[in-house]
Amino acid sequence: MKQTLIATFALTTGILLSGCGTSEESVEKEPAATEAVDLTAETDAYKEFALEQMDEFVIDTEKFVNAVKAGDIEEAKKIYPLARMYFERSEPIAESFGDLDPRIDARLADIQEEGQGEEEWAGYHKIEHGLWVENTTEGYAEVADQLLKDAKELRARVETVEVSPDLMITGAVDLLNEVSTSKITGEEEIYSHTDLYDFKANIEGAEKIYEILKSKMAERDEQLVAELEKKFTTINDLLAKYEDGNGGYISYEELTSEDTKSLSEAVNQLGEPLSMMGIVTE
Amino acid sequence: MTDQTEEKFYDKKFSRRQMLKYTGAGAAGVAIGASGLGSVLKVFGMVEEEDNPKVKNKINFYGKHQSGIATECQSYVYFASLNVLADSQQELMDLFKMWTPISVRMMNGEPIDGQTSNMLIPAKDTGESVGLDASNLTLTFGVGPSLFEKDSLGLASKRPAELKDLPHFPKDQLDPAYTGGDICIQACADDPQVAFHAVRNLVRAASGKVSLKWTQAGFNSYPMKGKKKETPRNLFAFKDGSVNPNGTKEAEMNEVAWIDAGQSKSWMTNGTYMAVRRVQMHLETWDRTALQEQEATFGRHRDTGAPLGKKNEMDEVDLDEKNANGEYVISEASHVRLAKQAKEKVFRRSFSYSSGVMDSMGTFDAGLLFISFQKNPQQFIAIQNSFGRQDKLNEYITHRGSALFACFPGVQKGGFIGDSLFSII
Repeated sequence: MKQTLIATFALTTGILLSGCGTSEESVEKEPAATEAVDLTAETDAYKEFALEQMDEFVIDTEKFVNAVKAGDIEEAKKIYPLARMYFERSEPIAESFGDLDPRIDARLADIQEEGQGEEEWAGYHKIEHGLWVENTTEGYAEVADQLLKDAKELRARVETVEVSPDLMITGAVDLLNEVSTSKITGEEEIYSHTDLYDFKANIEGAEKIYEILKSKMAERDEQLVAELEKKFTTINDLLAKYEDGNGGYISYEELTSEDTKSLSEAVNQLGEPLSMMGIVTE
Repeated sequence: MTDQTEEKFYDKKFSRRQMLKYTGAGAAGVAIGASGLGSVLKVFGMVEEEDNPKVKNKINFYGKHQSGIATECQSYVYFASLNVLADSQQELMDLFKMWTPISVRMMNGEPIDGQTSNMLIPAKDTGESVGLDASNLTLTFGVGPSLFEKDSLGLASKRPAELKDLPHFPKDQLDPAYTGGDICIQACADDPQVAFHAVRNLVRAASGKVSLKWTQAGFNSYPMKGKKKETPRNLFAFKDGSVNPNGTKEAEMNEVAWIDAGQSKSWMTNGTYMAVRRVQMHLETWDRTALQEQEATFGRHRDTGAPLGKKNEMDEVDLDEKNANGEYVISEASHVRLAKQAKEKVFRRSFSYSSGVMDSMGTFDAGLLFISFQKNPQQFIAIQNSFGRQDKLNEYITHRGSALFACFPGVQKGGFIGDSLFSII
């Protein structure tokens, strides 16, 4: 029995490897195994959520851009983290546009990593630098106008995205991975230190996907749903400790290494059961 | 660049679909299929696994004592000290129950689970030991004093009096990052990846029930005499563990390590205490020390391992022997003398480690992951106190980590790891 298991495992791996060379054509004709379960209602619900977020994103980005162009630094700083939350919540979809995502969300480090110069830098983080480091909005009008244009284009293109169960399931885990790799380290908002806003938004984005898939998941594994319920509560309670009392979050710089460690552990403990959401396709 | 990103995105999507299609066919014969694969607990809760006698390089999981103690020392260790997050005795017990079949499977050299056919969920087994054999993997579990202080677990009455943090020893500079822990897992194997894989999968399967407190990888290399392993050398190049009791001799282990009925709490019978010390060895200062001084520090010859003035490693250490000047051949502050004067024995099972650079000093962070097993922590404490401030070796070492664990007795078929701790008797 055990031998059989191992043998089949090896066989499966072999097929996988050889499968990679097959043409896309044949794949297109046959539906993948995951599409056996009808999740149309779920994917529709998620699309609707993403579009709502995008609508809000455009509205808030417009407010932000207006503040920047009016030279109102304080107002711009206030809107900045809130507007970005709409983007961060729907990141699985937003980031699927390889050209738009960097124009809106690139950090200087991302630009440099790709061998581009600072002059290529655009979007939210460039203005973040202006607001928090240079303490000015002067010279940022053009960047701001472009940002609004890009936000609107993103909104329009999200309309065309075909949301698959795969995108949702992979997306939920990707959102947590985003938190683990950049928010928890303070690398996302290196000037404004508003990382906890993005953190919260990423979690909310993952939680939304979970909420949508929850009832189907419960049909297959109630224990998993109970576990996820518990872990989302834990991370949300933990984040609530860092609220600033004005509807926002304290600066990342105020977090101790103990704080970031417990946040990181809570994210990982949520991520492990979250990665099992794929059972809804069975 | 941006186009590439987009292309990559779609590529990823297609290849994933292809995989789905092919695994759908290929995995049809797998016994543990996709359906019903919920949380790890659910899968492993009921299954009983057995030691597979046909497997190569295999140490048995079941037995009177846990593996990885009397077992001939392997070449690698991955040691993990964990915090317990479980907040009821039931949850803690379920954790050990869940770990039991996984441990047996890994010690059989098998993945912890059959492959799933659902490509939208991660594999149960992290997979890096596929294709490697059991590699003499052993898994040793223990519980630390802090576990018994957690009110929610209700274990206070089960705590043996001798299970408490080791006392502060002279020159200790303990770093909280390498000290204590509620549970330990010692994974030893003759392959470093097999050892690491074991801890990684146990910790992952226990997500939300435990968190990592500290870990340490270690190694030992054995010169071979024919087919027999000789005493390994530590990073100071001296043979380490020459006078160790013989782990294969039950009588010697009974005398030094295995707890007798009535000696401690009943759940500890046939168990043992594990002392763990992360001892940094200052390689840079050692390496500029004259050979004569090095030998005087240990009280042994570096090359042969023989006590000073003797020819062979196993020659008796004679503490009374003096040279022509009337001085002790084995000096008063030598490591060997002080160890022997303690008149206590422990069963040592240590490993060397190298873990990058000491940030504060720019030196190697390397040394000894000292592990010893004893019937009572007092045996270790007596030896360590004997070293005290006198030990010449103190100049070259700093104890930076410390932990004490009560290691359960072995698991009987049908039982689970640590079951005696939870029994009502």
